[in-house]
Amino acid sequence: MSVATRTKNRNQEQRRKQIHQLLTNWQLYAMLLIPLAFLILFSYVPMYGVQIAFKDFNAVDGITGSEWAGLKYFEKFFTDYQCLRVIWNTLRISVYSLLASFPTAIIFALCINYLQFNRYRKVVQTVVYAPYLISTVVMVTIILQFFSSNGIMTNLLNALTGSEQDYMASAPLFDDIYVWTGIWQSTGFNSIIYIATLVGVDPEMHEAAIVDGASKWKRMVYIDLPSLMPTAVKLLILNVGQVLNIGYEKVLLMQNPLNLSSSEVISTYVYKVGLTSTIPQYSYSTAIGLFQSAIGMVLLIAVNAIANRINDSGLW
Amino acid sequence: MAVDFYKPSLSDRIFNIVVFLLATFSLVIVLYPLILVVSSSFSDGNSIVMGKVLLLPVNANLGGYKEIFGYQSVFIGYANAILYMVVGTLLNLTVSILMAYPLSRLDLKGRKFLTLLLIFTMLFNAGLIPNYLLMRDLNLINSRLVMILPKAINAYNIIVMITYFRGNVARELLEATKIDGCSDFRFVTAILIPISKPIIAVMTLFFAMGHWNSYFDAMIYLNSSSKFPLQLVLKEILLQNQITPDMMSTMNLTAEEMAMRMGLSQQLKYALIVVSSVPLMILYPFIQKYFVKGVMIGSIKG
Repeated sequence: MSVATRTKNRNQEQRRKQIHQLLTNWQLYAMLLIPLAFLILFSYVPMYGVQIAFKDFNAVDGITGSEWAGLKYFEKFFTDYQCLRVIWNTLRISVYSLLASFPTAIIFALCINYLQFNRYRKVVQTVVYAPYLISTVVMVTIILQFFSSNGIMTNLLNALTGSEQDYMASAPLFDDIYVWTGIWQSTGFNSIIYIATLVGVDPEMHEAAIVDGASKWKRMVYIDLPSLMPTAVKLLILNVGQVLNIGYEKVLLMQNPLNLSSSEVISTYVYKVGLTSTIPQYSYSTAIGLFQSAIGMVLLIAVNAIANRINDSGLW
Repeated sequence: MAVDFYKPSLSDRIFNIVVFLLATFSLVIVLYPLILVVSSSFSDGNSIVMGKVLLLPVNANLGGYKEIFGYQSVFIGYANAILYMVVGTLLNLTVSILMAYPLSRLDLKGRKFLTLLLIFTMLFNAGLIPNYLLMRDLNLINSRLVMILPKAINAYNIIVMITYFRGNVARELLEATKIDGCSDFRFVTAILIPISKPIIAVMTLFFAMGHWNSYFDAMIYLNSSSKFPLQLVLKEILLQNQITPDMMSTMNLTAEEMAMRMGLSQQLKYALIVVSSVPLMILYPFIQKYFVKGVMIGSIKG
């Protein structure tokens, strides 16, 4: 047999195998039909609608029929006096939140890990995880109640600082309230992964260190912290990829006319321009949303590549 | 730890104390506001307004809870939220398993492409308006289905599930059942689902929580209050201080009566917070372990 025919035979053999595989797995494809229908209808069809960012959308002509408008709406956004402000607010609040919540979760995890009384540890964990279940609406209600005049936080902070502040009406304080209430709510949940990682640290390392006379502090710094690093780096990187996707559901509810200058973020602006303003501007809102999605996608792809480069810990 | 003879040094003792204090600090900081909310819901309204409730209920009474019965919308919201949560979660689980199982099979042709199709939805979102226009075109605006169908697929959760199936469903098991003539459908219903209970429990928790706690979709897609889920009803009562017919009739009240009304509305707020959070809080002790499991499974790369 010549080499050519042998290759041909092998190719045929392979193709037959492939077809066979396709046929035997028909049930798997059948299973995929319903989920794929949902995926395409609710995730990919809207992507077709994104084109209205480049069009003068009007309801009569619909998505396809409306006139092309080029980059008009992107130019409009970049010259909008709100543009820099909403981008800055989004980034500032996101990064602040990230920088504050990261160490908090790690410190709490270390604390739980070194807490000596087992039952007490369980109690602390159970309580600190609990606020994660609280819904956004309820959470914001609690915030508004506590920071209202005569609210517990207002009274406490005013007593401590000797000032008379109305906290919810203050734009500069919006960040702090948003971020630290977020930490109150999710430190427990965020720490779960670190606690689990710490449990997995090889006990022999600790035993060896004890024999060498290392104090708990030293063991924490030289054994526990380094073993948390891969997880921490991975989470940090992935979170950086999400900086534009701020928790707008909470921001929206916390907004009031007095703090708007620091609380208006891209997502809430998109919502207001598109759905609640007296003249809804579909095309303009879509353009701003597209700007956000595009930057977000680039960021996420970039950080994923970095994560994979560092310790193969990317999301995909 | 194996080293029993070990006697704590001074620095270790200080370390232990600091750890204990920090843990206690976290405990108090989280617990105190929760207690305060519950206490306030039982306290008389005036004391709340004056800021007198500091730990335990002041002038304990059930006025706030009684007031809730005047709000029919809360009960309608409750019923709607349960409906959306149960049906929504069931749909989530069904489509997730149907998608995750085939994609977990390495011998599936086109697996890479289909997985990419799924992952891409995590990277890029069409945004508010294109989604809104789609719902309008599908006639889903103000339909109960809008609370259930669009969120059927959650790419992140499906990826977690794929990872779990791949790591925990042995290939030998599949091959053995294949030899016995078991079809893929039968494998999923008779074997895969029973042996994947842990991940299904975790997913049920996350999906159910997502449905129960969300308000945004309801706010933009639903118009008639008879279809509002609890969170949206709460938002209107708690955050917008909506004037109810009941309060309208109080326009010509004395200052004292006005103050009483104000107090009652404060009390009502806290009572509503408690009532709306009760279902998840009751479930919490049972689901806590799944929190941990869910996070751990999710952390392993797919």
